[in-house]
Amino acid sequence: MPDWLIIRTFWDLTVTGLALGSIYALVALGYTLVYGVLRLINFAHSEIFMVGTFGSLLASSQFLNIPLLEDGNYPYRAGMTLIFFLVVILIIAMVFSGISAVLLERVAYRPLRGNGDSIGAVALAFLTAFIVSLIFIDDTQVNVIISLVLTAPIAYSYLRIFKRGRKAPRLAFLISAIGASTAIAEAVGVWGTHGRDQYQTARILEKKTVFNLFGTDVRIDYVIVIVGALLMMTALTLFVNKTRLGRGVRAVAQDAETSRILGVNVDMIIIVTFALGGVMAGGAAMLFTLVYDQTRFNIGFILGVKSFTAAVLGGIGNLKGALLGGLVLGLVENYGSAIFGGQWKDVIAFTVLLVVLMFRPTGLLGESLGKARV
Amino acid sequence: MSEILLDFNNVTMQFGGVTALSEVTLQISRGEILGLIGPNGAGKTTCFNVMTGVYAPTIGSVTFNGQSLAGLKRFEITKAGIARTFQNIRLFSEMTAVENVMVGADARKKSSVGGAILRTPRQRREENESRERSMELLKFMGIADRAHNAARNLPYGYQRRLEIARALATEPQLLCLDEPAAGFNPAEKQELNELILKIRAQGYTVLLIEHDMNVVMKVSDRVAVLDFGKKIADGLPDQVRSNPDVIAAYLGVDDNAS
Amino acid sequence: MSTIGNAFAPVRDAFDSIGDAFHRMNQWQKYSFYAIVIIALYLAPFWTDIPVIGPIVDTPGTQFSTVLNDQVIIFVLVALGLNVVVGLAGLLDLGYVGFYAVGAYVTAILTSAHGNLPWLLSLPIAVVVSMLFGVILGAPTLRLRGDYLAIVTLGFGEIIRLTAKNMDWLGASRGISNIKKPPSIFGLKFGVIDPKPYYYLGLTLVLIVVFVLHRIEYSRVGRAWVAIREDEDAAELMGVHTFKFKLWAFTIGAAVGGLAGVHYAGKVGFINPDNFPLQLSILFLAAVVLGGSGNMYGAILGGVLVAYVPERLRNFADKRVFVFGVVLVLMMVFRPEGILPKRVGDEHKKRQRSSQNEEVAQ
Repeated sequence: MPDWLIIRTFWDLTVTGLALGSIYALVALGYTLVYGVLRLINFAHSEIFMVGTFGSLLASSQFLNIPLLEDGNYPYRAGMTLIFFLVVILIIAMVFSGISAVLLERVAYRPLRGNGDSIGAVALAFLTAFIVSLIFIDDTQVNVIISLVLTAPIAYSYLRIFKRGRKAPRLAFLISAIGASTAIAEAVGVWGTHGRDQYQTARILEKKTVFNLFGTDVRIDYVIVIVGALLMMTALTLFVNKTRLGRGVRAVAQDAETSRILGVNVDMIIIVTFALGGVMAGGAAMLFTLVYDQTRFNIGFILGVKSFTAAVLGGIGNLKGALLGGLVLGLVENYGSAIFGGQWKDVIAFTVLLVVLMFRPTGLLGESLGKARV
Repeated sequence: MSEILLDFNNVTMQFGGVTALSEVTLQISRGEILGLIGPNGAGKTTCFNVMTGVYAPTIGSVTFNGQSLAGLKRFEITKAGIARTFQNIRLFSEMTAVENVMVGADARKKSSVGGAILRTPRQRREENESRERSMELLKFMGIADRAHNAARNLPYGYQRRLEIARALATEPQLLCLDEPAAGFNPAEKQELNELILKIRAQGYTVLLIEHDMNVVMKVSDRVAVLDFGKKIADGLPDQVRSNPDVIAAYLGVDDNAS
Repeated sequence: MSTIGNAFAPVRDAFDSIGDAFHRMNQWQKYSFYAIVIIALYLAPFWTDIPVIGPIVDTPGTQFSTVLNDQVIIFVLVALGLNVVVGLAGLLDLGYVGFYAVGAYVTAILTSAHGNLPWLLSLPIAVVVSMLFGVILGAPTLRLRGDYLAIVTLGFGEIIRLTAKNMDWLGASRGISNIKKPPSIFGLKFGVIDPKPYYYLGLTLVLIVVFVLHRIEYSRVGRAWVAIREDEDAAELMGVHTFKFKLWAFTIGAAVGGLAGVHYAGKVGFINPDNFPLQLSILFLAAVVLGGSGNMYGAILGGVLVAYVPERLRNFADKRVFVFGVVLVLMMVFRPEGILPKRVGDEHKKRQRSSQNEEVAQ
């Protein structure tokens, strides 16, 4: 292989690695925030990302009415229209992910903290009625009608059970998260219009080369991903460090019990934490569809595992760690697959994690959301 | 002076910039009850943690029975003969009382997976020994009536005493009690005093960290006082009680600490 | 209305009272109870022939005894092994499928791809190799705490699968076929069509594993595991060599997982990397926690449920995974300790009575 090719490949790999790493980092923030505050692996966070990609999809196809192809060409937009469309898609993806993250917390985690409320009770009641009715009649519309009728009485009694307020063991949270993750992905796989098949998203951004880096053409979408991710992360860091709610997040991360005694509304802070993680995942989802133009019901799983790896690699609970871990993982994967072959990509990622943890058992930067070195 | 069991030689312990212990020298003789007191944050628990291998001292050395504790793992220190209880109770809550004590007794046993699968004679003998010894200890501590209850369901006083039983089960030469009277009423404290004396009568050496001056002064043969990580007094209870530095430390008189 | 909300209560009470009845039995009654259960289990392939019960238990779409062996036995074995790691020692292992794969692959390699050993001889070798992998994974990683261990084990499971997928020597994505069958014994022929002999073999393996694990659990080793799970620092300060016992938990768990893999490979005769996805690890963990983490019999029940229920509910085939997810959440919300939690101590009867009083009072 001639030298110039290696160099060129190197920069090429660096750019794509950084772009992929930025997406990992954004998703990793969600794991890290929730872990920092609740000491919980939010296993279902991957599905929050997935919901975000479907948010982007709906935004472009339904709200903005962009077709997949216009006269056989991509529906490229330019100038202010493009920016407006991208921002709309971004906001809708964030709203989708943010709301689903908050709902997830209410339904799958909060009742386990011995603290369930009416929203969780209603959702769980509906789901209970739904799956029970499914055993007798397999017709979604009928199931939904039956479930809606039964929701109120079941929810009423669930609330009474919640009042007894028992905190579940740690493992239970993880299993609940796994259950929620499975249910969300499967719900999209079963009831989505394309079922388990792939969905294309409209490509409104023409993927032109914007500049040349050491002989490598750098495409506009990669630039947007990297810059966009950095902007979102900066915004998050400012929020956590400079606002009252952000201080609350740090306080709860450091010591939930003391914060509660000092008058911090811990439940509120937990909702904020999930919402922040969700919004970041939504941003990641929008950037993901921008680069790959597609999504699927199970798209979250592997990406979630990788992002969680990134969070641990950087030091879970540490916002800077999520960024560093994401970028390192993206780069390592890219360089590694260039050297050993693409099929070894995940092996390389996990091996690097293993080696790093052996020397630094709490990740590259250590855990420290509470210690405010964010 | 009789044989020195534990020699705490010029120990300094720093965490980052904070000095928790500063040049503390302390000896414990075999068979005595040493009371270690001091205001909150004086370094008592740090002292304990250095002794039981939770922390390695920044400077200085700890020798036990003439053997240096440097480099020993925590479980090795237990096997060397130091056992402890915890200030905030740390029982194995999903195990029964007797099982908790058996974990301690198992420290001196050898049989492992192979023995367990084959139920070798040695394994059965060791198992019986552990069980009998643990039941004895529960009786000794006066809590045998709830030997088969889960530790988390025991009343507070039982849990405190179960911790002592568990520590004794490791067959220590030195038993370190970290605020064993915390949360006790006067009657319970009186019982505890008697218990500590009973334990010593069995030949154990006891190091007692305690907030409650009454408990310490009544049972200790000797009392050492820590303040801001320094040892400020060491002597008979009565001497220490009238030591002006100690009074100052406890009454919060200015001690040039700032 | 609260009767609907307490829909789980009768189920819970039923399990609790079965447990109580069992605890009241004397030694002789217990042994007869075991004997009856074991005989009934060996006759399980014929349950479908019993009137009334038959149609209830029978699985649509798949032969009942195939489900018993290929799903239920495998899941029960795996749940037993994983229960040691997660339930007893409290080590969160998300890559347990790796050991299952190692067991299956060692048998495949030795009996087909690179050797000609009989299945029976490959069994001990595969178990030992699985244990070795347990040590290889455990030795560097067991110093990590809780959730770090979880992600590392998850990575381990993936590394095993991807290595198998990408190495020609391991059959790559084609997999390995023509794996030898177990030897015929007692007139049982291990062929292709009849799954019953495999089920009998599998059940025997389960019983042996239960026997061995029971002995380990009620020994110094088992106590050390639970102590580590409850409070690792306190355990170490009470003289427990925590690293050694954690490594043992990993190794024994790996051995049982490997054994399950050997049994699986012997039955299907053909394996490929897609048989060992990451999701399977998560199902295994769900089985253990659903049944009752820390209680061997709970883990068995969890394994049976996770393996059997989706097969039974084939009539809404495409929605059963969704249902499974929702059921997991509901279970954790309303009975987070699992269906059959471990009973600690002898005061549970008193506790049950007082909790009933509590409900009356409300």
